[in-house]
Amino acid sequence: MREGEDEWTGLMRLAISGDSAAYQRLLKAITPVLRAGARRGLARAGQPVDQSEDVVQDILLAVHLKRHTWDANAPFAPWLFAIARNKLIDSLRRRGRRVFVNIDDFAETIPDEPAAETASASEIATALQTLPPRQREVLQSIAVESASIKDTAAKFAMSEGAVRVALHRALTSLTAKLREQ
Amino acid sequence: METDQLIRTLAADNPHRARPVGLVLALALLVAAPFSLSMFMMKLGVRPDVMTAMHNPFFDLKFVITLALAISAIVVGLHLSRPEASLKGWGWLLLIPVGIIAAGIGSEMMMPQRLPMMTRLIGNNSRVCMTAIPLLSVPLLAGALIGLRHGAPARPALAGAVAGLISAGLAATLYASHCTDDSPLFVATWYPIATAMVTAAGALIGARVLRF
Repeated sequence: MREGEDEWTGLMRLAISGDSAAYQRLLKAITPVLRAGARRGLARAGQPVDQSEDVVQDILLAVHLKRHTWDANAPFAPWLFAIARNKLIDSLRRRGRRVFVNIDDFAETIPDEPAAETASASEIATALQTLPPRQREVLQSIAVESASIKDTAAKFAMSEGAVRVALHRALTSLTAKLREQ
Repeated sequence: METDQLIRTLAADNPHRARPVGLVLALALLVAAPFSLSMFMMKLGVRPDVMTAMHNPFFDLKFVITLALAISAIVVGLHLSRPEASLKGWGWLLLIPVGIIAAGIGSEMMMPQRLPMMTRLIGNNSRVCMTAIPLLSVPLLAGALIGLRHGAPARPALAGAVAGLISAGLAATLYASHCTDDSPLFVATWYPIATAMVTAAGALIGARVLRF
């Protein structure tokens, strides 16, 4: 087990108790590890590694939408890697690959290369275009313009509750669209 | 979209709380149950001599068996709805109903019987049993799959098969109150065939709908 995994578990517990900043830190901390694992998995399947960011984003969405299946008394890393493997297999399958995913693709090591600050991927952006306008606007306001829930609510003359609902729906429908692709 | 932007968005949605899988499964089964129950009341109904039958321990045993199947399958299904879970250490729970049937057969063997063994095994209702249990399972299977879909099963076909066991166990509980064949030999022969059909259907559908 790698150093930092205990820290992940602690951050996830905080996140579940409502600490969104801890949640954001956790997601940032796991992203380079997921990216390295996705690259390894794609390379093994003979797929271009530049698709790895799509896989990473796919995993992050699944982590987010399925985090209620994590048992807060269990360590976070095995749960995370199980989700990651599942999504990697899934996305290779969607690309028409008969796949074998090494169970250590994600758990193996810390990436040596300094991870890119951020990276871009196209699948979510494409799927975004097919969402209902209100969901898309809310998501874009928060994702692209980094507006807060409150500012977004003011901008679209919605209640904050309605923004939250639209945001969550946008994320679930994004996931559904990605699965259809 | 940049990954940082996605992360910011997910963090903004952090206050959203999903319901636990167990609660969603319970609600989905509760919604499905009236459909199976009304199919049962319209087409089969409780056997007319139920008041006397209740004094026959082998009639009562049928419910112990079918409910043991449903409950152990629910426990295993909820376990499998977590992505890092495997059947290891949990699969034996599904053997509980098998053990109860075996014990039932053993105790029936030790009692004097009016009918020969094969007659008890074949019974009078085998065809109804094999048709009714799968049909009564349909709404419940849908409910079980909807419930487990709320989880994140790493092996969708396996989780789907367990959804099949949940619904077959519950459907068999209804059917058992109609059926006049109470011999554990009958139960050990025909109920599993019906259950296997539902389980296979659950695995096939689960492989498609339980991927997350």
